[in-house]
Amino acid sequence: MRHLVSAGDLSRDEALLVLDTAHEMAGLQQREIKKLPTLRGRTVVNLFYEDSTRTRISFEAAAKRLSADVINFSAKGSSVSKGESFKDTALTLQAMGADAVVVRHSASGAAQRLAASGWVGGSVVNAGDGTHEHPTQALLDAYTMRRRLNAGTGDLAGRRVAIVGDVLHSRVARSNVLLLATLGADVTLVAPPTLLPIGVESWPCAVSYDLDAVLPKADVVMLLRVQRERMSEAYFPSAREYTRRYGLDATRAAALQDSAIVMHPGPMNRGVEIAAEVADSERSTIVEQVANGVSVRMAVLYLLLGGAFDTSKEQQR
Amino acid sequence: MSASANSSTFILRGARPYGGDPVDLVLRDGAVAEAAAAGTASAAGATVVDADGLVALPGLVDLHTHLREPGREDAETVETGTQAAALGGFTAVHAMANTDPVADTAGVVEQVWRLGREAGHCDVAPVGAVTVGLGGERLAELGAMADSAARVRVFSDDGKCVSDAVLMRRALEYVKAFDGVIAQHAQEPRLTEGAQMNEGALSGVLGLRGWPSVAEEAVIARDVLLAQHVGSRLHVCHVSTKGSVEILRLAKERGIDVTAEVTPHHLLLDESLAASYDPVYKVNPPLRGKDDVQALRQAVADGVIDAVATDHAPHAAEDKEGEWANALPGMLGLETALAIAQEALVETGLLDWAGVADRLSTRPARIGRLAGHGRPLRAGEPANVVLVDPAVRRAVDPGALASRSRNTPYAGRTLPGRVVATFLRGRPTVLDGALA
Ligand SMILES: [Zn+2]
Repeated sequence: MRHLVSAGDLSRDEALLVLDTAHEMAGLQQREIKKLPTLRGRTVVNLFYEDSTRTRISFEAAAKRLSADVINFSAKGSSVSKGESFKDTALTLQAMGADAVVVRHSASGAAQRLAASGWVGGSVVNAGDGTHEHPTQALLDAYTMRRRLNAGTGDLAGRRVAIVGDVLHSRVARSNVLLLATLGADVTLVAPPTLLPIGVESWPCAVSYDLDAVLPKADVVMLLRVQRERMSEAYFPSAREYTRRYGLDATRAAALQDSAIVMHPGPMNRGVEIAAEVADSERSTIVEQVANGVSVRMAVLYLLLGGAFDTSKEQQR
Repeated sequence: MSASANSSTFILRGARPYGGDPVDLVLRDGAVAEAAAAGTASAAGATVVDADGLVALPGLVDLHTHLREPGREDAETVETGTQAAALGGFTAVHAMANTDPVADTAGVVEQVWRLGREAGHCDVAPVGAVTVGLGGERLAELGAMADSAARVRVFSDDGKCVSDAVLMRRALEYVKAFDGVIAQHAQEPRLTEGAQMNEGALSGVLGLRGWPSVAEEAVIARDVLLAQHVGSRLHVCHVSTKGSVEILRLAKERGIDVTAEVTPHHLLLDESLAASYDPVYKVNPPLRGKDDVQALRQAVADGVIDAVATDHAPHAAEDKEGEWANALPGMLGLETALAIAQEALVETGLLDWAGVADRLSTRPARIGRLAGHGRPLRAGEPANVVLVDPAVRRAVDPGALASRSRNTPYAGRTLPGRVVATFLRGRPTVLDGALA
């Protein structure tokens, strides 16, 4: 494997390899000297067409801890905002000798386009493309679940995961559904019908409109960010009604099993999809997810640039 | 025709009109002079074209061509677009109105018409805009365009839908005075805001905003009822869904005066190509499901869809090579239309060559009221003829196209058939597969 564009690109063995490698990376992070010499002399470009400081600094920290040189190329304050085309920007990065391009873009498919175009010779890592996918987020989510629920090993077979909220516009949901299915988890999407894509019944997951029916059996509840502007597009009548039907407050959280965890990819709308006391509770993995993000992204860069993905496994799929 | 005798007589030796038995077709002074027994025709000074094994059809007529001039001469000009048309076997094309400036006045349509005459590769029948600037608010001067030298009979805001029901009604009524037709780009605008591809399971997976079939079907349903109510003639552009076919079938059964076209790409390609996010497959209306493709082919065979029309939509490279969402919709079509008709309709047994002539020449000419086109291949008729070699198969090479743009979705794909020669009123525009 040379690129990571979709969570669906990963076989079970490849996904587990990333999670195991991330586990090792996390272990190394406990040492006094956090930096590994692995990617010394290699260049990782963060190509961000969309503002996302948290994702960018996560990738930046991951690359730097592997001793890679990092170039941040952001749409603001660069030639991109002057109308330079995607292609010309890519060719510029290629000329700079990028070994990996971490791309964040508002257009679905941008990462795949970059990987297939031949404009860049290095690896392409999708750091979120439009409403399509965000595979490293799914990997860090799976890593977090595995740590909390499975003592950090194995897959997620039989674990029940509820993903709640704006699935229609969520790249996090798409990547999670694909990866969690690969890892054997039972996923249920919970949302008002307006926020589920047409054809969702063909996805490898269940669908429910009723959060209260799903919560008691869930091992994991993952809440998605709901953008207030969806209201003006008539996806739901009001934030208050959304919260009443699909928000996770303390009363609802009481219906969860004791061991169940609550996740959120951030940034949160406290008081809309998640109540403050739930976000700050013991169940919440939200801060942990951020830390795990660095380990998982280290693993992805290490495996892609080190050529350590065993391609024979790809053949078997 | 003013050409001298020795250049104006052609004998198409052994041509098979409509794929039937071979004859010698004699073209003289712009007309078909006779269809003689094969191998028998001779005329002093005539040019003999070896048409052995070639199918002869009336020159093709395209109801839907974007020539991009004036305004986007970097993507196409009347000159290059009509060269592509001739090479594709067309003797007449309807030039869509969404140019810059918009073809919404007699002045602009006459300019396009004149450029077509000067280029001389095929007849150019300008389409007039229905509303001023394609704005969907006020009727353009439809009568002035009809009365101009361009003799406009087809009016369309193509690219945009005339979505206002009152405006559509008035337009349908108004053009009755000069036997015009409104060609509707059926797309309910609110249901398709920001739409990127067919709405279905795949759009959900790809995270591309969906363009639902109902957005086309709802407009067609409304328009056929409006056409019935006011007793007008309606034409539906680029029908793309199975449901639209059902509505058209019902409307025709009710006797409503509606005609419809389908593009070659909707007869061959389906939405699965969008999974590449390669914008060469981005088009409006979008590529649909395999069921839709089958239904559209059957509808052409049944005559529910009257015409195959290219929606030839050239775009400059920079508008077609970046991110899917930022690319412009549209595909080249003129130079591959007949090949796709052969693959999707003839080789599937749905149509014979006479049927191809009907759907790509006779009926579109009738819809556009082009009296000199789409006529039968018989003595006394205008010598608009295309010779096609159906036995050849060849890969599409974008670099070899006459169009100024390269946005063909068929690059590298092997397609059947080859246009060997095209005659416009007895004068060759294409010979030996090259511009004459
Ligand atoms: Zn159109």
